[in-house]
Amino acid sequence: MIQDAVWLISVILMAAIAVVFLWVAAGAGQKADAEAVQRRAYRVRAGWFWLLVVVIAVATVTTLRALPYPDRGPQAASRVIVSATGAQWAWTIEGPDLVVGKPVEFQVTSADVNHGFGIYNPAMEMVAQTQAMPGYVNRLQYTFTAPGTYRILCLEYCGLVHHQMMTDLVVKPD
Amino acid sequence: MSIPSSVLGTGSARDLSPGIYPGVVAYLAIAGVVLLLMILIGVVLRLAQAEWLPVPPDLFYEMMTAHGAGMVGIAGLAGAGIMWHFLSHHVRLSRGILIANLISFLAGVAMILAAIFLGGFGGGWTFLYPLPATSGGAWEPGAAALYLGGLLVIGVGFLLFYLDAGRAIIAEYGTLGAALGWPVLFGRLGARLPEPTVVASTMVTIVNTLGLVSGAAVLAISLINLVAPSFAIDPLLAKNMIYFFGHVFINATIYMTVIAVYEILPSYAGREWKASKPFLWGWTASTLLVLIAYPHHLLMDFVMPKWALIVGQVASYTAGLPVLVVTAYGALTLVYRSGIRWDAASALLLLSMFGWAAGIVPAIVDATIMVNLVMHNTMWVPGHFHFYLLLGMAAMVFGFMYYLGHDRGGGESTLDRLAVWVFALGGLGFALVFLYSGKEGVPRRWAVHLPEWVAYDQLASLFALAVAAAVLVFALRFLLRVPRLLAMR
Repeated sequence: MIQDAVWLISVILMAAIAVVFLWVAAGAGQKADAEAVQRRAYRVRAGWFWLLVVVIAVATVTTLRALPYPDRGPQAASRVIVSATGAQWAWTIEGPDLVVGKPVEFQVTSADVNHGFGIYNPAMEMVAQTQAMPGYVNRLQYTFTAPGTYRILCLEYCGLVHHQMMTDLVVKPD
Repeated sequence: MSIPSSVLGTGSARDLSPGIYPGVVAYLAIAGVVLLLMILIGVVLRLAQAEWLPVPPDLFYEMMTAHGAGMVGIAGLAGAGIMWHFLSHHVRLSRGILIANLISFLAGVAMILAAIFLGGFGGGWTFLYPLPATSGGAWEPGAAALYLGGLLVIGVGFLLFYLDAGRAIIAEYGTLGAALGWPVLFGRLGARLPEPTVVASTMVTIVNTLGLVSGAAVLAISLINLVAPSFAIDPLLAKNMIYFFGHVFINATIYMTVIAVYEILPSYAGREWKASKPFLWGWTASTLLVLIAYPHHLLMDFVMPKWALIVGQVASYTAGLPVLVVTAYGALTLVYRSGIRWDAASALLLLSMFGWAAGIVPAIVDATIMVNLVMHNTMWVPGHFHFYLLLGMAAMVFGFMYYLGHDRGGGESTLDRLAVWVFALGGLGFALVFLYSGKEGVPRRWAVHLPEWVAYDQLASLFALAVAAAVLVFALRFLLRVPRLLAMR
C-alpha cells in the first residue's frame, strides 16, 4: 500500500531532522568562533541546497508519471460506467455489477453540497477517491484487483450526519 | 528607529522590547487565552471520538467549526501582534489601525460564537459553498449569515492591518520590491539591505492582501446567496477562492510568527541573523510559491485543469526549500556551538524551527497527487498541519510570550521548563497519532469513529491533554506578567 511507504518515508525523514536538531541543541552550550561556523555552514548549505533540488526533481518526475485523472485512451470505451451521486446524507450508486479486473469509471457528482467519494477495500484501506461536487462530474477510473464488499465513505464534510454517509459496493470475482 | 544589530551580548537576551505597545500585549494576551480555549475544544473533540466523553454529533460539528475558525483567527492575530511589534522598530505603523483590527476581530468573534452556539451553525470553518446555505435543516440561514458576516468583519480588519503595513513599508523603503531586497539581489550598487523582519513582513503583506481580497469576495457572494439563492456562484470557482484564501492566510501566520525567531534567537546565541542573498531569494520564492501552491487542496477535484494540479504539487515541493535551506538551516547555524543560554523562550523558538521543518515532510508528501488519492481528507491532513502549526507556529508565539516577560515579572520555574518538555513531547505524539490514523485511512471531520479507529483517538486524547496542560502554564505565565509589562512601558 502507498500509505505504508508514505508513513515509513515520512517518519524516517522527520526522525533525521529531529536528530540534527538534537545534535545541534546538545552541543550548543559549547562556544566556537561565529565567523568560522558561518563559513563552514555556508559551504555545507550549498551542498544541502543542491541535494534537495535533486531529490525534489527526482521525486517530481517519478510521482508525476502516473496520475489518477481520467484519460480517454484505448481502454476508455471498455470501461464499466457507474454513476455515484452524493446527497445529504446518502450515496446513490447505479450501474452494472462490478467485477475484478474490469476497468470501472465512476462518474461522481452531488445533488447538493460538496461530498468526498472514498473507496475502501474490505480491509478498510482506502484505494481511491474523488470529490463529489454540485454541477460537475468527476470521473474516477479504477480497476478492482480483489473481490469483496468495499465501502464508500464520505470524505468531505457535508453537514451534521456526514459520518453516517456510507454505503457498500460489492465486487464479484472474475 | 531600527535596532542596532552590530553588537550583541553573548549568552544573554538583549531587550528588543524597550517599549511594548499595550496593543501588542493585548494581542498576545487574547492569543494566549483563545489558544488555550481552542486547544481545550480540540481535546473535547478527540475525547468524543475516543468515546470517553459523550458529545452529540451536532455539538461536535459546532465545536469543530469553532475550533477551526478560532485557531486560524487567533493564529492570525498572534502573528499580526508579533509582526507589528518588530516591524514597528523599522517603519512607522499606525497604532489606530492596530487597535481597529483588534476591535473588528473581537466583534467578528462575537458574531461567530453567536452563530455557532446560539444559531447552531456547524458548517466547518471553511464554509465550503454551498454548505452554509444548504444545511439539511440543521441551522437557519440567519446563523450562516452571522458566521459568514463575522468572518468578513475579521477579514476586513486584517485587510486594513496589511494595507497599513504596506503603506508604512513603502513609505520607508520606496517599493515593496525594495523591501524584499530586489535591488540587492539584482546588483544595484549601494542598495539598502532590508532587515529580516521587513522582508518577512513585506512577503506577508503581499500574499495576505491578495488572500484576504479573495476570501472577502467569496464571503460576500456567499452572503448574497443566503439572501437570494438565485444568486449562485460556480462551486468550483468558490472552492478555489476559499482554498486560496485559507491556504494563504494560515501559511502567512507562520511567516509572521517566524519574525520572533529572527529577532530573538540571535540575542540568545550572541550572533547576528542578517538578510543575505540566499535569504532574500528564499523569501521572494516563498512569496510566489505560497500563492501558487494552493491547488494542492484541490487535487481530488478531477475537473480542475490538470496543469493547475501539477503546479500545485510542484510548488508545494519547492515551497519547502526556503524553509529547509534558509530559515531552519539558519537557525541551526545560529545556535550551533554558540554558548546559547537556554530558557523557555529560546527552547520554544528552536523547537518551533524543528516543528516547521519536520512538519513540511508530511505536508509535501500529501501534496503528491498519487498519495493524495489515498490520503486526502484523512487524519493525515490535520496531522501535518497540527505538526507545523502546534510545534511550529504556536511554539513561536509562546516563545515570544516568554521572551516579552523574561525580565519583567520574575524568573522561570521548574514548572515552566517542564511545560516546555511536555508541550514538545505531547505535541509530537499528538501529531504522529494523527498521521498514523491518516495512514490507516481514518477520515477527518467525523464526529463518530468506527470501532477499529477508537484506540488511535484514545492515544491522541492523552497527548492532547498533555499539550493542554503545558499551554495552560504558558498562558497563565504570560497573563500573570501582563500588569508588569504594561507598568514598565
